[in-house]
Amino acid sequence: MKALFCLAAILVLLPLFLILFDLLIKGGKELKLTLLIDLPHPVGEPGGGIANGIVGTLVITLMTMLWSVPTAVMCGIYLAEYGKGKFASAVRFAADTMTGVPSIIMGIFGYILLVLPMKRFSAWAGAAALSMIFIPVVVRTTEEMLRTVPTTVREAALALGIARWKATLRITVRTAWPGILTGILLAMARILGETAPLLFTALGNQFWQTRLDQPMAAVPLQVFTYAISPYEDWHDKAWAGALVLITMVLVINIVARVLTREKR
Amino acid sequence: MARKTGGNIKDLLFERTTGAFAFLVLFLAVLLFAVLLRESLPALRKFGASFFVTGTWDPVLETFGALPFIYGTVVSSFLAILIAVPLSVGAAIFINEFAPPWMKTPVSFLAELLAAIPSVIYGLWGIFVLVPVLRDVFMKPVTKYLGWVPLFKGPVYGPSMLAAGVLLSIMIVPFILSVSREVLATVPQLQKEAVLSLGGTRWEMIRIVIGQHCLPGIFGATILGLGRALGETMAVTMVIGNRPEALLSLFQPGYSMAAVIANEFTEAVGDVYLSSLVLIGLILFAMTFAVNLAAKWILSRMVARASRGI
Amino acid sequence: MRRISGILAGTAVALVLSLAVVTGATAADPLMINGAGATFPYPLYSKWFYEYSNANPGVRFNYQSIGSGGGIKQITAGTVNFGATDAPMTEEGMKKLPGAILHIPTALGAVVPVYNLDEVPAGLKLTSDLLAGIYLGKITRWNDPKIAELNKTVTLPNADIVVAHRSDGSGTTDIFTNYLTTVNAEWRAKVGRGPSVNWPVGIGGKGNEGVAGVVKQTPGAIGYVELAYAKQNKMKVASLRNKEGNFVSPTLEATSAAAAGMAKSMPDDFRVSLVDAPGKESWPISGLTWILVYRDQTDEARGKAIVQFLKWAIRDGQKMEAALDYAPLPKAVVEKVDLALKQISFKGKSLY
Repeated sequence: MKALFCLAAILVLLPLFLILFDLLIKGGKELKLTLLIDLPHPVGEPGGGIANGIVGTLVITLMTMLWSVPTAVMCGIYLAEYGKGKFASAVRFAADTMTGVPSIIMGIFGYILLVLPMKRFSAWAGAAALSMIFIPVVVRTTEEMLRTVPTTVREAALALGIARWKATLRITVRTAWPGILTGILLAMARILGETAPLLFTALGNQFWQTRLDQPMAAVPLQVFTYAISPYEDWHDKAWAGALVLITMVLVINIVARVLTREKR
Repeated sequence: MARKTGGNIKDLLFERTTGAFAFLVLFLAVLLFAVLLRESLPALRKFGASFFVTGTWDPVLETFGALPFIYGTVVSSFLAILIAVPLSVGAAIFINEFAPPWMKTPVSFLAELLAAIPSVIYGLWGIFVLVPVLRDVFMKPVTKYLGWVPLFKGPVYGPSMLAAGVLLSIMIVPFILSVSREVLATVPQLQKEAVLSLGGTRWEMIRIVIGQHCLPGIFGATILGLGRALGETMAVTMVIGNRPEALLSLFQPGYSMAAVIANEFTEAVGDVYLSSLVLIGLILFAMTFAVNLAAKWILSRMVARASRGI
Repeated sequence: MRRISGILAGTAVALVLSLAVVTGATAADPLMINGAGATFPYPLYSKWFYEYSNANPGVRFNYQSIGSGGGIKQITAGTVNFGATDAPMTEEGMKKLPGAILHIPTALGAVVPVYNLDEVPAGLKLTSDLLAGIYLGKITRWNDPKIAELNKTVTLPNADIVVAHRSDGSGTTDIFTNYLTTVNAEWRAKVGRGPSVNWPVGIGGKGNEGVAGVVKQTPGAIGYVELAYAKQNKMKVASLRNKEGNFVSPTLEATSAAAAGMAKSMPDDFRVSLVDAPGKESWPISGLTWILVYRDQTDEARGKAIVQFLKWAIRDGQKMEAALDYAPLPKAVVEKVDLALKQISFKGKSLY
């Protein structure tokens, strides 16, 4: 009996090792410096790189977080501190619903609301779609983290005559901060790897492009385009791009977990 | 006195400011739904309820029906559940009940890593590793000997409903695993020991105590996994074969709601075409919404029962 | 803990600041012009835009190959500065546009059947009826007697024919289905012509790239792609029997032969079909590919840049076509295109 359960555990974890192994071998093969610094070459010509995708991914992700982090954290604070009653329940329900929405739908949202009226594909639209994924997740993790701060801490602060808003910010939030930061980092790792919302918002770009109102390249988009192409050279690049992507994602994940571990 | 008033105004300001952000979040959710609804109205008006059961997807004649995509999404997700749930629950039982304590943290960590891998990377691995292996090692031999069974009918391409189901199962395992482990942990130690002291074997203890106690929770975890599988886009698009037809054989290509949106959205010429795609998005939204709601309800009931000590 | 927090915050601030600097510094960026559309000419356009941008550092043409359907849709919505398609826009489609649009032909290509069979190293012979039969799902095995009798020098395997087609809206599909509609009555009745059709059988690939990928990876597969994709991926191409009854292989010469009579019958709006062209050496599934630009531009700088590029494309650009197996436009056609280019204007003033 025990053997069966053990087998299940092995089967469940086996794909992880297979995928990471493939990423390292196939991706590592193509991982030269040129991959990280060069722009893509014309179709069919070997060489070139995904440098614009790496920069694009970072730009879009940071842009998303610039407005999403304050929004989500402030919303989370509201729910944790003043969160009884119908309005708060509605907000919670809205956030919960959005976390379950498939990311391609957020792409539709970005296309209809930003791409069509602005008459162009842009990094803005991509960031808008990604923020619809980022915000609800961080709202819930922020609220949860704040709730773990014992009420005794809050009461002590108020008893000392500290104003409520000060107590919330300086003491409650600060205490819960490692957990909140972890939530932010995990959400960041998630949107770094998202492809579907960018398909018809940021669209992609062959060149260096850092203007925010123009289409922008991103590594997940490039991995997708290269993977479904027939060119061997592009397949190799897809693996390498995937390796770069997974490295970014895993590094952020590990940093985030280390933070929570330290707290304990 | 003055300080108290100042504090009050600042407190109010703080409450209102954070409240404003909360309102923004609510507004975004409502806006999302409104946009989906408004853009899908043209298709709703043209096709009505027949949209759900029509199998034609004809951009030339502008006749659209969502049946193949609903079918594909549901079948691939159920296949994924069929594979993932027994494996995840079995693994959860192993980790919680049989594994040495030092194993628990690294295994949880590894499961979390599985959850962190982006969908497009699963798709990449799916195209170049999973599909060729499935095709040559499983589908071709099975079709040769059991090809008369409708489920296994050829011709075998590689990209197929089966490939999508298997890939999806790998992707939803971490979620079902972690919830199952939490559910298993709620079983009171007392009950477990009671069975063992009465002479039951480890296996009987698992079967009786955990089986009875945890079934609702495992069910909730299953529904949660289903919710995730329904919405998966990139990985499915890359291995399902992109054929807008509801075919019985698992070895045949199919299509899913998320995949057709991803593939055809940028080129949907004409209002009806685009509106049909958004309507599919709306249906997908509604399905994942309902499923996630059900999962949460079931799981919260489990938590409530556990805290009551049942 | 504080230290890590601090480091993270510092890094974030540094990154945001550098983002601002980079964005600001690149305000003197080259002019970015966005286009999207057909995958059929993508190998050619990709080369063109790369070379043109190197020679003209002040402009960058960003082209996304999303299929002809995508090109038409996005230029209609105005989200790109130019579109690209091998399926000419329909009258109804053009009525929906905010203004008059020009189809500027850039190159001639060939749609070729590609297959994946170890047993037939090259030049599988097919006819229009066979091709239609395969894509209708009526001929399902490679060793079907109808195929075998044309290919007596090889032994065809007893295997399923795995059919591949496009999953997206495609000009390549439009050319291919146009051919099948022209030569086969059953196809005409059952399926018809268009960038996207109700395929009776087969698996869908996204873009020419997707179909080539499917055929390359699936033993026993058959698909249709633009010649450049077949060549670049060293795929096996079938030869077809043309209108005169000759079996021709898809080559640069065969495509040019199909275009030979074109100049005389070229309509003013350039929307002409070249399938089943007369001529002993003609490749029966040839087609033009066009760039879609509005006659009345709303952005002077971008409009001018597009016109300058198109002037280059129909002259210098044509020299790069042969290497990629696209046939250049006949001289008479180039002169006609020039006249069309002169029509592109900003507020009434020609941008030529």
